[in-house]
Amino acid sequence: MEEIITKELESQEYFINMGPQHPSTHGVLRLVLSLDGEIIRNVEPHIGYIHRSIEKMCEHDSYQQIVHLTDRMDYLSCHINNEAVCLAVEMGLQLEVPERVKVIRTIIGELTRLSSHQLWWGVMGMDLGAITTFLYGFRDREMITDIFEETCGARLTMNYNVPGGLMFDIHPNFQKRTKDFIAHFKKKLPEYDDLLSNNVIFRNRTIGIGKLSKEDAISYGVTGPSARASGFSCDVRKHYPYSAYDKVQFKEVLRSEGDCYARYECRIDEMWESLSIIEQLIDNIPEGPFKTPTKAVIKLPKGEWYQKVETARGEFGVYIISEGQKNPYRVKFRSPGFSNLSALNHMAKDSKIADLVAIMSTLDLVIPDIDR
Amino acid sequence: MNALYDFSYLTGSIHEWLSERVSPHAVTIVEMILVGISFMLLFAILGIVLVYAERKVSAFFQQRLGPMRVGKWGTAQTIADVIKLLLKEPLMNKEADKFLFNLAPFVIMIAAFMAIAALPFAKGLQALDFDIGILYVAAVSSLGVIGILLAGWSSNNKYSLIGAMRSGAQILSYELSVALSLLTIVVLTGSLQLSVIVESQADGWWIFKGHIPAFIAFIIFLIASTAETNRGPFDIAEAESELTAGFHTEYSGLKFAFFFLAEFANMFIVSAIGATVFLGGWMPLHIGSWEGFNAVMDFIPPIFWFFGKVSFLIFMMMWFRWTFPRLRIDQLLTLEWKYLLPINLVNIVVMAFLGLMGWHF
Repeated sequence: MEEIITKELESQEYFINMGPQHPSTHGVLRLVLSLDGEIIRNVEPHIGYIHRSIEKMCEHDSYQQIVHLTDRMDYLSCHINNEAVCLAVEMGLQLEVPERVKVIRTIIGELTRLSSHQLWWGVMGMDLGAITTFLYGFRDREMITDIFEETCGARLTMNYNVPGGLMFDIHPNFQKRTKDFIAHFKKKLPEYDDLLSNNVIFRNRTIGIGKLSKEDAISYGVTGPSARASGFSCDVRKHYPYSAYDKVQFKEVLRSEGDCYARYECRIDEMWESLSIIEQLIDNIPEGPFKTPTKAVIKLPKGEWYQKVETARGEFGVYIISEGQKNPYRVKFRSPGFSNLSALNHMAKDSKIADLVAIMSTLDLVIPDIDR
Repeated sequence: MNALYDFSYLTGSIHEWLSERVSPHAVTIVEMILVGISFMLLFAILGIVLVYAERKVSAFFQQRLGPMRVGKWGTAQTIADVIKLLLKEPLMNKEADKFLFNLAPFVIMIAAFMAIAALPFAKGLQALDFDIGILYVAAVSSLGVIGILLAGWSSNNKYSLIGAMRSGAQILSYELSVALSLLTIVVLTGSLQLSVIVESQADGWWIFKGHIPAFIAFIIFLIASTAETNRGPFDIAEAESELTAGFHTEYSGLKFAFFFLAEFANMFIVSAIGATVFLGGWMPLHIGSWEGFNAVMDFIPPIFWFFGKVSFLIFMMMWFRWTFPRLRIDQLLTLEWKYLLPINLVNIVVMAFLGLMGWHF
């Protein structure tokens, strides 16, 4: 008995459930933390609280229907997810889409990335205790969602892409409103730096926290801005260009520090790059049809196709196996959030609870994307 | 003389009126009850006004309107919230320590009440005028931490416990800086009595008269008092994004409202002490020999001066909260023990030297 008591007293670790309902897990992610006082010894993510078996659902849906399911995965990069499925199906059909479609897809994809990063910036500030940033992020994001609403009627889950092109042509106001937004946001983006990037508390909270080396990033399969902050050049837009990305000039934002601040800076710089990509394309949208006609029932020939795109969080892959039917035999999605989450324990070990919140925030997790 | 300028006239006449009618013991008891009721009223008004102010200030910082629906400009919103909190079911964790759980909100409130009793609101409007006023206020305002620790411990919730432990470390550390920065001014006044400190600023506030050391002490006081009241960027005890709600996670209804009210009351108390010691309390702004200017300033009643200065300091604290990210617990303690405390100690020595040489104004 005495032995047990002394052992109990010596053992300082205790467990705490962070989530499924917690303000900073941004969804129904459950983290089981082993803590030694304030110091984290182990983080064990428990996922599956929002699993909807999207991959299985895809096996019963036509190819047009699959597209809208991907909206519900990473809802902040819905347009880019849709694009991935459409590109895969077009690859299977060996369908050439018009130039106009490629350019519009790229512009809206970059607007989606911007709106996602704006929301991330706001939430990042909120996680670190500066609630005001949340509303500033939303203020600027509102302009983009308004553009989306005018273009396709939806603000968040847009479902604007269809295999072969777009659902409708762009609205006549689209170019003007996008240019207005760029002019507005170019003034506001330096404000973001004033409020967070150059704030001494923010810098102390992020610099040197949650280090991830390039090797670890590669072996955990981390992609997107989180990996590029560690120096891993993995931008799909640059290495495997799709849509109109081979026609525009942009830098792949790379950092070498691999800490929270580097991941933060990466996303801020990506916003500047996205603005420049949109600026290059917005006046050069070619004339032409907005869709290559497809049959009402798309049947892919027997075979396998893989298409990857760069979402706001990293590499999103669609793997389609077809048996020649109107439904796919099997669909596999490679979602960036899942692999990024796997590096969390490695990064958060032996840091404080407050650091874990900062690390999770800079990984920019979207939980439906992890669970699918 | 106008009652607004000197409250001793009002309090004196009440005292006389009572003395003529009842025995001296009864006078004391009746006066104590009157003072108690006025402080309770002040607390209620403070709660309503400050909650409304916080919501509006945060709204304007965040480019929104804040409460607008209940009453004109949402002025009745706080009253509606209070009614909601009163009607809420007081939930309690099954495994919680019932006695301590119920005791904790009262400990915090009592600490706030005790501190507010010693504040000089205006000339002749002060309930307790000790000769050790500052010491007393510093002592009782740190009693609140007992309530926070009790709340965290008795809730039987790990988030609450972490929050309470953080808060304990934080308040005990920053208490030093608050007291030392106040002592910097006490070096010049030579008295701990709050009314004497106010009177000593009749020809100029200490922040102007005390050269640079007084200004440094004021900045340190501002930082440390924000930390002592558990407000952002030092709200690590609540730390919404880390600990959900920290030490009051398990509280609901009226008991939660007590914690909420105590936070605003504490904010008022530290601002009032800051205003009294550094900004002249209820003394009007006087500049040297500008007779006309001084006469105009004297025309504004002292109670408005006091509440104006307090509102300014409260606004500063709200400004901090809605702008800065939160510090981490180790950074918070580093800031106190490695920066504020040494600076403070050196500052006191410099101030003592200035006082000794008579170089202050």
